[in-house]
Amino acid sequence: MTTLAPASHGPGTRRRGKPILTDRDKAERRLGLRLVAPAVIVMLAVTVYPICYSIWLSIQRYNLRFPNDHKYVWLSNYGKILSSSVFWQDIRNTFLIVVVSVVLELILGLALALFMHRATFGRNIVRTAILLPYGIITVVSAFAFQFAVSPDLGGFWPWSPPLAGHTSSLFVIIATEVWKTTPFMSLLLLAGLATVPNDYVEAAKVDGANAWQRLIKVILPNMKAAVLVAVLFRTLDAVRIFDTVFIQTKGANKTATLSQLGYNQLINQLNLGLGSAVSILLFLIVIMVAFIFVKGFKTDLGQVRGER
Amino acid sequence: MRPADTPGSARFRQASRGSRRRALALVATGVIAAPLMAACGSSSNGSGVPTVNWYIGAQAGGWIENAVTTCNAQNKGKFSIKQQDLPSRATDQREQLVRRLAANDSSIDLIGMDVIWTAEFANAGWLKAFPEAAQAKLSDGVLKGPLASGTYQGKLYAAPFTSNTQLLWYRKDKVGAPGKDFTWGQMVDQAVAKQMQVQIQGAQAESMTVTFNTLLESAGGTFVNDPSKGADASISLAQKPTVLALAALKKLATSSAANPELNTSNEDSSRAAFEKGNSLYEINYPFIYPSAAAVKGLQQNLGWARYPEVVAGAKSRPPLGGFNIGIAKHSKHQDVDVAAASCIVQDSNQLFAAENGGNPPTKGALFDKISKAKYPFADVMRDSINDAAPRPVTPAYNDISLAVQETLVPLSQINPEKTANSLRTLAKAALKSEAVL
Repeated sequence: MTTLAPASHGPGTRRRGKPILTDRDKAERRLGLRLVAPAVIVMLAVTVYPICYSIWLSIQRYNLRFPNDHKYVWLSNYGKILSSSVFWQDIRNTFLIVVVSVVLELILGLALALFMHRATFGRNIVRTAILLPYGIITVVSAFAFQFAVSPDLGGFWPWSPPLAGHTSSLFVIIATEVWKTTPFMSLLLLAGLATVPNDYVEAAKVDGANAWQRLIKVILPNMKAAVLVAVLFRTLDAVRIFDTVFIQTKGANKTATLSQLGYNQLINQLNLGLGSAVSILLFLIVIMVAFIFVKGFKTDLGQVRGER
Repeated sequence: MRPADTPGSARFRQASRGSRRRALALVATGVIAAPLMAACGSSSNGSGVPTVNWYIGAQAGGWIENAVTTCNAQNKGKFSIKQQDLPSRATDQREQLVRRLAANDSSIDLIGMDVIWTAEFANAGWLKAFPEAAQAKLSDGVLKGPLASGTYQGKLYAAPFTSNTQLLWYRKDKVGAPGKDFTWGQMVDQAVAKQMQVQIQGAQAESMTVTFNTLLESAGGTFVNDPSKGADASISLAQKPTVLALAALKKLATSSAANPELNTSNEDSSRAAFEKGNSLYEINYPFIYPSAAAVKGLQQNLGWARYPEVVAGAKSRPPLGGFNIGIAKHSKHQDVDVAAASCIVQDSNQLFAAENGGNPPTKGALFDKISKAKYPFADVMRDSINDAAPRPVTPAYNDISLAVQETLVPLSQINPEKTANSLRTLAKAALKSEAVL
């Protein structure tokens, strides 16, 4: 994320784009480079190397079950994926889950954040109660929802079992995601709410704005940055959704997501070539989403981290 | 006056912080070292007797434990078999095994293999073929289907241990015994007329492929021509039998005899659904027989027959299941493993597995020795296994099976002609392990 923050101007003045550096500036810069070097090396080792390795794997026919059939196929893995109906089905599922769950989380999260912000008594208990689902492991909450809606696993669901159908399965998956991650959303929004000066709200009240107008015209515009960052974080998380689907349906009834497709190729079929290509495509989608948020909506990550 | 090192004093805090750090380091070392030491100790148990690690999914009825105890008692001083549990579902078992075998994990010695894994594991070079002498002994008297399931390109890679097949189960108190040439269509029609259900396995899992392959072979078709050629084999799936098989599935799935939970029903949930009492027929493995004893009045009214026919007059080709024992290529003591595998599959262990776990033996002669009280359907089982159609023995079987599941789900939306075409297209890519699934 650091790389996305706007670069701050270095010491020294700029004239026609060429900085004039004093000896002291140079020494400071050297020291700075030396100080960040360990972090950069670690980042290279744990992120850049695996990404490059994946790209290299993704241009090969390489399946551990067929060790003798190993060759370079360049972009044909990508061609196979982009021309398969399974991939586009998984894209549809992934984005349906992302859009519906993030919108619901935003609305519920904002309501909970307002509630936490305003709670006058039992603040700690209210906050703990709201945050509790976020502390539960995703696999556990996925199982809990699965058990609740499966009659043969002792669930209380009185109607036809939702995990037997495509749309209803996605509904259960989305409900699980919303229940589990709304607290995270509301926590980020609560931090945003705290930055809205109370004077503004008071002034609007004096001018005769009702509660809805105060929310829409005063509070939300003043916490726009927090809202965007919260939505960005959740969207990036939701695009990579895996555990809930893996536990509840394992991708049955055409409910698989992109991460699941990658998992199936890599772990179930040991197809390192195709699987890496799926991972790279997922990586590109995540970058694209982040880019749209940061550039398109002008999400200012620095503001939230308190840099300005 | 206070002694210097009581809790709360500065020196104590410092000292205890230091020792806490040391303790943490010790724990960390322990956490890292423990599995390493366990791994070192796994190939022998200190007394010089090699330990044979047998990886197999836990099975009801205690027949794995029985085989381990029997063989360890018979071979004191030579080797000691240790059962290592795999996950309960076959897909999860395979997933763990292929990951470890592909990484040359030498802690796996014997593998309890589902019959469909032989070609895949052997082709990948993860199995050691049985030496010729052992091969002759292990295949003596074994039924054709089970023997073929452990064989790849003429070599025995997995010793046949137990077999299995599905029967047609019916309620004797509601319907008469199925007559000669009883067909799938008649089964559905009767259940619809009586407003009762037929339980089959429709979940997007291996059990769906089992059902499809059985119907396809019963309709006179086959999946793969010359499967042992691996990637050079070709997909058969002739139009006529494929459409017949798909139409049979569609007929049941779109009828009132279908379980509303068909899309998630596997072997165990169809057993549970049958035990609820509103089903006339069920197609399933014999493990449901001992289980039916727990429901009042069910076991006495449970009838069994061979798998129904798809085309009247053409005998059905029931599915073939079961466990074989393979030897991992990277095991450190393969001679011992051969002896251990040969011991595990001995006759008395097969009989025990049949009578206590419901899993029939792989040797024809043993069917006569099974206690008729515990296993009254031994004869129809033997005939079914004899005529069984194995699932394609090809290295890409896993991919083919996924292609079937992807195309056929949900069963109620099958359009026989169209589904047959899309299945053929996807299966062709899957056979070369190049399908995105």
